[in-house]
Amino acid sequence: MDKLVDRLDGILEEVYQGGGELARSKHEQRGKLYVRERIERLVDPGTPFLELSPLAGRELYGQDKVPAGGIVTGIGRVAGVECMLVANDATVKGGTYYPITVKKHLRAQEIASQNKLPCIYLVDSGGAFLPRQDEVFPDRDHFGRIFFNQANMSAAGIPQIAVVMGSCTAGGAYVPAMSDESIIVKGSGTIFLGGPPLVKAATGEVVSAEDLGGADVHCRTSGVVDHYATDDLHALDITRSIVASLNVPEARTAAFSPNGKTGGPYEEPLYSPDELGGLVPLDPKRPFDVRSVIARVVDGSRFQEFKALYGPTIVTGFARIHGILTGIVANNGILFSESALKAAHFIELCSQRHIPLVFLQNITGFMVGRKYENEGIAKNGAKLVTAVSTSKVPKITLLIAGSYGAGNYGMCGRAFSPRFLFMWPNAKISVMGGEQAANVLATVAAQGKDWTSAEESAFKAPILAKFSKESSCYYSSARLWDDGVIRPRDTRRVLGLGLAVAVKEQAERTQFGVFRM
Amino acid sequence: TPAEGSPPSSKPFTKLLIANRGEIACRIIRTARKMGIKTVAVYSDADARSQFVRMADEAHWIGPSPTTESYLVKEKILEVAKRAGVQALHPGYGFLSENPDFAEMCQSAGVVFVGPPVPALRSMGSKAAAKRIMTEAGVPVTPAYYGEDQDDARLLAEAEKVGYPVMIKAVTGGGGKGMRRVMAAADFIPALEACRREALKSFGRDRMLIEKYLVNPRHIELQVFGDRHGNAVHLHERDCSVQRRHQKVLEESPAPGLGEAIREEMGRAAVLAAKAVGYTGAGTVEFLLDPASQRFYFCEMNTRLQVEHCVTEMVTGVDLVEWQLRVAAGEPLPVREQADIRARGHAIEARIYAENPAKGFLPATGSLKRLRTPVSEEGVVRVETGVVEGDEVSMYYDPMIAKLLTWAPSRPEALRRMARVLRDYQIAGLPNNLEFLERCVGHPAFERGGVTTGFLVEYEADVSIPPPSPPSPHLLALAAYALTQQREAPRGGTPWLGGAWRGVGRRTLPVEFVVDGLEESFALKAGVMDGGVQEGGGGGRHAWGLRVEMPDGQAYRVSGPRCEGDRASGAHGDEWEATVEGVTYKYSAWIEDGGMRGGARVQLWLRSGGLVDDPLQRTTFSLRVPAAALGHELAGGVIPRILAPMPGKLVKVLVKAGEAVRKGQSLLILEAMKMEHVIAAPQDATVDSVARAVGDVVQEGIPLVSLKAA
Repeated sequence: MDKLVDRLDGILEEVYQGGGELARSKHEQRGKLYVRERIERLVDPGTPFLELSPLAGRELYGQDKVPAGGIVTGIGRVAGVECMLVANDATVKGGTYYPITVKKHLRAQEIASQNKLPCIYLVDSGGAFLPRQDEVFPDRDHFGRIFFNQANMSAAGIPQIAVVMGSCTAGGAYVPAMSDESIIVKGSGTIFLGGPPLVKAATGEVVSAEDLGGADVHCRTSGVVDHYATDDLHALDITRSIVASLNVPEARTAAFSPNGKTGGPYEEPLYSPDELGGLVPLDPKRPFDVRSVIARVVDGSRFQEFKALYGPTIVTGFARIHGILTGIVANNGILFSESALKAAHFIELCSQRHIPLVFLQNITGFMVGRKYENEGIAKNGAKLVTAVSTSKVPKITLLIAGSYGAGNYGMCGRAFSPRFLFMWPNAKISVMGGEQAANVLATVAAQGKDWTSAEESAFKAPILAKFSKESSCYYSSARLWDDGVIRPRDTRRVLGLGLAVAVKEQAERTQFGVFRM
Repeated sequence: TPAEGSPPSSKPFTKLLIANRGEIACRIIRTARKMGIKTVAVYSDADARSQFVRMADEAHWIGPSPTTESYLVKEKILEVAKRAGVQALHPGYGFLSENPDFAEMCQSAGVVFVGPPVPALRSMGSKAAAKRIMTEAGVPVTPAYYGEDQDDARLLAEAEKVGYPVMIKAVTGGGGKGMRRVMAAADFIPALEACRREALKSFGRDRMLIEKYLVNPRHIELQVFGDRHGNAVHLHERDCSVQRRHQKVLEESPAPGLGEAIREEMGRAAVLAAKAVGYTGAGTVEFLLDPASQRFYFCEMNTRLQVEHCVTEMVTGVDLVEWQLRVAAGEPLPVREQADIRARGHAIEARIYAENPAKGFLPATGSLKRLRTPVSEEGVVRVETGVVEGDEVSMYYDPMIAKLLTWAPSRPEALRRMARVLRDYQIAGLPNNLEFLERCVGHPAFERGGVTTGFLVEYEADVSIPPPSPPSPHLLALAAYALTQQREAPRGGTPWLGGAWRGVGRRTLPVEFVVDGLEESFALKAGVMDGGVQEGGGGGRHAWGLRVEMPDGQAYRVSGPRCEGDRASGAHGDEWEATVEGVTYKYSAWIEDGGMRGGARVQLWLRSGGLVDDPLQRTTFSLRVPAAALGHELAGGVIPRILAPMPGKLVKVLVKAGEAVRKGQSLLILEAMKMEHVIAAPQDATVDSVARAVGDVVQEGIPLVSLKAA
């Protein structure tokens, strides 16, 4: 596991360099702070920043490298309020929006919307990446959705703040324009629907970028922007004072009260979270007791197990994480009918009591075979899927090993909209295991033929290779099937940070769908 | 506690009212509870959530926060006494504790006033009468004028007669209020006026006496006790010579280096004094001892329990409040033979105040955002306080936070113990005098013993807080580490305050520190080596590390146990450890959010010793993290405004718009915490406008006067 983490460290180290040495020095020569520096200067000193999906865009566009998808997103505390930060990295392709950039921007907005986090956009972008305009512009979840979300979040009382720290061209101009409050940096920030080249082409008018849409224009004449900043630091300072005047209810900032109750002191786990990495065997065939993982994540290593003796291949129970009462659903083997029923029952309990849920996924899948089909495992699995889908309590999913097949659905996979979904670096995700897939395909293909074992291996090899590549955490995270790959020993902290923002608002009452009996 | 021979003839109290607040109310409640007496507290608005109100069995609201509307209103307090059905009332110190009218009112209401009889209160309350009685009884007194003629000219003439330097004192007074030393005739009248104003405010009377001022005497006082059966004893002396503007700073017993003969002589004189006025209960006879001539003079008698009574308790083992309550109930003194009252070892007390020694000891008000006290040890370390973390020090009352006491078999040991527990005391959020006290206790002259009341003036340079100095690299490294890696989520608090965690991968955090009072800021680059550092010999345990690049480019490595779990315990159970370039420090850290403007403040307390690269060897540090864009604050070009240095009430406005003023000229007088503070012109200028008028109550930072270039 240490090797996996080291590899992750190495890859991310490159990602954090953005568009590379040259682009960064050019960026800084213009008096602009690098995007990560901007974030460091914006969040409260000595507080965490929960960065989301830094692996986005990795190896997605062939020769085109788009580190972190060209945009940094994450949750940070600003003036005592947890906010969603969405910041363009202008050193990556001029901050233009690749398809993955759009997807990441929208995902950040989705998280903000679900958790009611004020949004701060640090804008420094040339707009849509034109060569891929077909994958960026027209569809529902494309560029326009950003503004749709801004308008609707604003309508829902979730503050939208834009800081224009670079170009903000064409569609991008709507980010500040659609915000509740906006700031622009003199000299570097510009906002216009069409830049000087386009204006010249369209009307022949020759105008400088600053005169067309600089800070003076927008603060003094057009009124597109509200605050005038002399440089990046000044702009970030104004941002803080805006957040400080959002009038975010006290209960959501200063006094932290998990689940609406006064947060008493909590204990650290009895077993060190540092040991988490060593617990899970890298060979997915070797079983391990998921309770040893839970013991290293929850307060005081205290776990109040529910239905311990029934359906033992799934572990359910209550625990606190950083003082927040949480329901945990964790795989501990193959899913049987009983396991599914038990988990569905437990999700009902948590929904009834407004207790958030954490899913620890390690699923090879539902049990197959005549006996199980006959007893209706499909129907029982469906009950679990219904419960997971319709429960309104906040859910966080973590993939600690395999995530295969329908089990992924029952355990709140991406399609089931958990508030957050993270992976450990060893985790694998695919519709089934590579070997099973190769066997299935080989069985189908070999029908009526008489294959030697060599022929069979040759048939299977590319399938195995494809599955191995596509099930890795890097493949997943690059496509934003998750919100990031975390170090096992950070699990407790990441879950705590996620839960702390998720439980601030009490969830609405759950109305379950029809459970097939 | 000696308890031999308490006759059953008297009837013990079952319910007691405490007509006081703060630590002394807590102190009295503790003893009452020990004796099985129910307690009744009275409180003002500002004290609604104070500790003594929580501790008392019953609590009654008596009015708004100002003392003149609550703790000084005799009728309200007696009303509660009647309603609550108490047999006795303990007045504590200050407030109504030496008010004979109040004692009389208690008497007529059938409530025992825990204190001396009314005539004793009256005679000792008047310094003039007290000295007359003492002279008659053969107790030595200083030359003075106690006359009723209060005409300015007469007082001035009497001062001449006594001979300068003289002391002007309110006849009814105490606690340093309404008191001024005058060195020459020219200063006499202004000082007289100031004394009258203060006395009127504090005691409701402005009659003054004039006394010869002894230059640098020692202040030695005797604890006396009398009962209604004619017994009177003393419980040895306290040396309270370390004073700042007549406010006691350190008190100890026994008085160091005092000869046995003179000690006995003072004891005899004190008992004589007590007997001369038929004294009952606890009292203090104050003497001034001239070190040169070894002659002592009666100064005054305090007819109450003193703030510093615990010093006596620690050397004699007597619970003075218990004795007070027994005597007030009519019992004879538990110990009546002088020879049976023995003092053992040495005790010292330090008064911890919310005040700013670096700014002329300006009193401070606000919230005690962090407050950790040393661990009490029965008979060895004692913390007398009325506040806990989160409580407010309000502008309405004395800004004392606590009294800290230590005892040891010998004086040097007691002093060393005091130095240690002062370091264990952690206060953040309010300026305080802890470091000043530590410097006083550790001063060689004080260590030698026998200092005079001139000690703090003479050694001012030594005991003053040194001017701010640039932080050493080890300090910067530790502070950066505390801020980014170990920032403590208050237990039960949100993980969103739990350190600058950044997830996977190495990152560099910009960290900037500012030292209050220094212009320059210190910008560091902190490279997070999250989990990447292995400490030697740590059994492979993960350490969290930082590579801190100093402003000069030098890099220092800091590492320690990770944020969660694994921490050193220390005196307060929340101590951290971190290793800077091979030196492991144990420290406590407290990080205060900067709030709306951003930034933060990092406060560090080192368990013991200093940093290896700090020549001053200080143990408490405060570094500010500036807001993101500190440099953008508008600066220069504005007319200097004089801001209120603290909350208070304007009692005098000495200038008006258009007037030319010289640097140092008094502009206004602000009264706060019962003291007057002169606000002077910082430079030669012309007054542009005066924003406030006499009688205005102002908050800290409110503009009072605008100046323009002369």
